[in-house]
Amino acid sequence: MSHTLRIDGVSKSFPGVRALQDVSFDVLGGNIHALLGENGAGKSTLLKILAGAYQPDSGHVSLDGQACNFGSTSQALAAGIAVIYQELHLVPEMSVAENIFIGRLPATAGCVKRGRLFDATREALAALGEEIHPRTKVGSLPIAQQQMIEIAKALGRGAKVLAFDEPTSSLSSREVDRLFSIIRQLRDQGRVILYVTHRMEEVFRLCEAATVLRDGRHVCTFDSLKNVTTDEIVQRMVGRSITNIYNYSSRPTGDTTLQVRDIFGPGLSEPASLSVAKGEILGIFGLVGAGRTELLKLIYGGRRAKQGRVSVLGREARIRSPRDAIAAGIVLCPEDRKKEGIVPIRSVQENINLSCRRHFSPLGLINSRRERENARTFVGRLNVKTPSLNQPVMNLSGGNQQKVILGRWLGEKVRVMLLDEPTRGIDVGAKSEIYSIIYNLASSGIGVLVVSSELPELLGICDRILVMRQGRIVAEMPRATATSENVLQAALPVAGGE
Amino acid sequence: MPGADASARFARANRVRQLWDSAGMLVLFLLMFGACAVFVPNFSGHRNMQALALQIMPVGIIGCTMLFCLAAGDFDLSVGSVVALSGVVGALVDQHAHSVALSIACGILAGGLVGLFNGVVIAWIGINALIATLATMQIARGLALILCNGQSVPVPDEKFIELGTATIAGIELPIWIMLGCFVFFGFLLHRTVLGRNTLAIGGNREAAKLAGIAVTRTKIIIFTMQGLIAGLAGIIESAQMNLGSPTAGDKLELAVISACVLGGVSLTGGIGTILAVIVGALIMGTVQDAMSLKDVPSFYQYVISGSILLAAVLLDRIKQRQTR
Repeated sequence: MSHTLRIDGVSKSFPGVRALQDVSFDVLGGNIHALLGENGAGKSTLLKILAGAYQPDSGHVSLDGQACNFGSTSQALAAGIAVIYQELHLVPEMSVAENIFIGRLPATAGCVKRGRLFDATREALAALGEEIHPRTKVGSLPIAQQQMIEIAKALGRGAKVLAFDEPTSSLSSREVDRLFSIIRQLRDQGRVILYVTHRMEEVFRLCEAATVLRDGRHVCTFDSLKNVTTDEIVQRMVGRSITNIYNYSSRPTGDTTLQVRDIFGPGLSEPASLSVAKGEILGIFGLVGAGRTELLKLIYGGRRAKQGRVSVLGREARIRSPRDAIAAGIVLCPEDRKKEGIVPIRSVQENINLSCRRHFSPLGLINSRRERENARTFVGRLNVKTPSLNQPVMNLSGGNQQKVILGRWLGEKVRVMLLDEPTRGIDVGAKSEIYSIIYNLASSGIGVLVVSSELPELLGICDRILVMRQGRIVAEMPRATATSENVLQAALPVAGGE
Repeated sequence: MPGADASARFARANRVRQLWDSAGMLVLFLLMFGACAVFVPNFSGHRNMQALALQIMPVGIIGCTMLFCLAAGDFDLSVGSVVALSGVVGALVDQHAHSVALSIACGILAGGLVGLFNGVVIAWIGINALIATLATMQIARGLALILCNGQSVPVPDEKFIELGTATIAGIELPIWIMLGCFVFFGFLLHRTVLGRNTLAIGGNREAAKLAGIAVTRTKIIIFTMQGLIAGLAGIIESAQMNLGSPTAGDKLELAVISACVLGGVSLTGGIGTILAVIVGALIMGTVQDAMSLKDVPSFYQYVISGSILLAAVLLDRIKQRQTR
């Protein structure tokens, strides 16, 4: 039988932000329903309301005509609504079986019945086509399998509604295929599937219906995607039409600015060398685990390199820590903004001045006036949307957080900018803004190194692309000859070897 | 887009919240203080005010550097033992060398060494602060007992004792020292790169490191400062008591951390102001003072102090839930 999830006039405000305003739409079972919108459009808030983590200020959610007023996540789960977040909610040190049955372990008189637990676990996993030993530690499994465990956990609690929040962001294409077939299987069983993503191609591949949110309001719901184009959806998302988000144009490049010779360290399988010219945008593509992030961290000194030489503008730089790298003119915008980029509870102003304040403070005393000016300059120049400079950075959207990190570096004398997944989790509108910032950096003579797992993005913005596979650089292609086919070909692991 | 009217309303709500965040506990303290002044006999007299200030002095002084530890996402349990150790060291040096300056220096230095050791173990080797300072808490207490063979060391030197009893402009020297600490460390936290880096490290250690902040060095500085200041408190206390006692500063670390948290310093790091420490210490001191003036039996005082701490933390939770 098929279920129906109805969202009816839901509003939710936070201090200073109206996250949702009177949002209403239906999600029918037997359909995979995409939930689309730029960051800050209200998707996450809506998911959290479904999950019972937030309570709406007004309006309500109902499942099969039954109003759901969840006071907590456990009530939502009991009612059959499960949200699979991007960051999985598993206990890494516990076994697969314990994770799936957490909170409802089969037991008599408080003693866990291991036999029954393991059997039930095997059964639950088999239904998803997985064969994992129930005793395996969850933390030792790849993300794709952890995701399956999260799904098994939800199904074990009788979930009728499954909401996925960008589930493919760290999966390889083969793993994505598997996930999609599981999601389709869940749909065919009549469950309500809500699917949040930023990737348009996934929407058309997987989903039958779509709802677009913008600025906390419901923009439209497509009951069928048959006669809808990407442009149409993007236009609804951003409220204007974006024809070509990359907007590439070639620019003159100069001498070599960054030269890396035979750098080697944890995460790489052989020493790597590369060079970036002034004004050049060099892309590094590779599947997850190919060593891209590790390579950037080694260059930046975030991880200590075992060997190798880095020189900037012909001058050798001894890099043992990020401080040395910054002094040499190399800066990094890290992959995981929340964990490595921003200081969430501190203000926009503090985050922007984190590094460059030492230039304003020769004696170690804070120069508030210059810090304020500096923050204001970059908030203006990079078009950071924030109610004030004192706003904690955690309240900004992903794109604006990224701009704050970029702004932090623009106060330094940058020669080389390392960007690790600069647009991950960022909506289309902000993406094209980030790209134009990257072009401006390059035009001003900075060498830019971009790591991304979104191939169209790299093909769209880079002058040259390096491909990494299993810890080494395996191919180099100029823009003219790089196509998604040959880049992907080079990136895929070679069967039976290496 | 929300209308201009609505956004103005939000901005106003934001300002009210910020005010509540920063000064909520201060208002609460003032209300409490006012109530005590009205209902508790002898509370507002000059003599009691001095006694109150003296009572909160150790917590106030050490709270200044504990603020840095907490703001950086760590804490330090060894401060109580350091107070004892440096008091004993100071008294012993005074007995043998008869030099006030030397004994003060040695006492403070002893504390500084424990702090430096804490800093190296925690920041450089990477041992959890709870375990590391739990260990040095016992080691320092043990060293204090060993040095004086378990017996309190009398301080012979009048000049040394004056450190605890001298008055300037009618106010006792330890109180001036405490006020000086408030000003100095308030400035250090709010107006210097060291202070801002401390908050950034507590807010997100990894991001701070990747932004080029010398995390290890900063943490070592913080713990060393903490040791030095605990040492200073130990010297003052031995001067006040005329002896270096190996049992001084018992459970002081808990009182200091309680006061900081009471005032609104976050235990998870990244949030803290000097005002929070001052208000926290004042609330704790006022409650204790009022209770003893009212002759509340000491058994009940424990229950009341604990309840107030819990209430303050609950209040903080509610505030945070409002923020998000």
